[in-house]
Amino acid sequence: MVQFHAEHVDASFAALSDATRRGVLERLAREDASITQLADTFQMTLTGIKKHVSVLEHAGLVVTEKVGRVRTCRLGVSRLEPEAAWIERYRELWAARFDELDKVVKESIQEEKANERSKK
Amino acid sequence: MNAARSETVVTNDTTADRRSERELVVTRVFDGPARIVYDAWTKPELLMRWWAPKSFGITFLSCEVDVRPGGTYRFVFGHPESGEPMAFVGRYLEVEPPSRLVWTNEEGENGAVTTLTFEERDGKTHLMLRDLYPSKEALDEAVASGSTNAYPEQFDELDALLKSLQ
Repeated sequence: MVQFHAEHVDASFAALSDATRRGVLERLAREDASITQLADTFQMTLTGIKKHVSVLEHAGLVVTEKVGRVRTCRLGVSRLEPEAAWIERYRELWAARFDELDKVVKESIQEEKANERSKK
Repeated sequence: MNAARSETVVTNDTTADRRSERELVVTRVFDGPARIVYDAWTKPELLMRWWAPKSFGITFLSCEVDVRPGGTYRFVFGHPESGEPMAFVGRYLEVEPPSRLVWTNEEGENGAVTTLTFEERDGKTHLMLRDLYPSKEALDEAVASGSTNAYPEQFDELDALLKSLQ
């Protein structure tokens, strides 16, 4: 599942805040690489590099695919961008409606209170 | 971690996510009891006050709803640049005041089924709107078309045309 908007942007910034992870992106921009190759390049343990890759993967910046015993990493696909933009417009549409609905709810509550008072 | 945060702090933020291949989910919290929020979705005179905000540039002309299972609805809108009014139509499938409403969207092919749930907690109503499309392709197509169903598709096309002429 991919989360969009604020959460998605947060995840991207968090992913990019680390020098190793930026290095991994630069490395993958040149060529796809396996987890083992990345561990070699960055002189890290497999577990250590896997953690970094999983952060990048969560942010949608990297995609991994396991074939046999090798997990290959590549840069995330940017085709998600138009979809994220569409969902943002869809969110704005509902946000605009809901701001108006807020007013209706407030007025209904006030009306109800006024009616109760007049009954007493 | 985000879920934990949203539980402790209730905000009025509207969220929207593609939850799966064929569904979109929108959430929002309203400062009022569920029965009042529910009424605003089911009484025409209230619906007409919020469904088409001024910023949309369209006018709500009429709103007919028969809120019971199998009952139909018809929302008619006018657009300043269009002679013909446009309509949103569909049927209510489930009606459980004040907690749940399910309806179809039948103005076009492959329309979503919308499920609306109202959950009251501490006097606030947590609203969840879920649009379930018949297939992944139907939702992909809706995204690709650029139409967000703010108003019927014809209006979207008209707006695109007007923009291209400017």
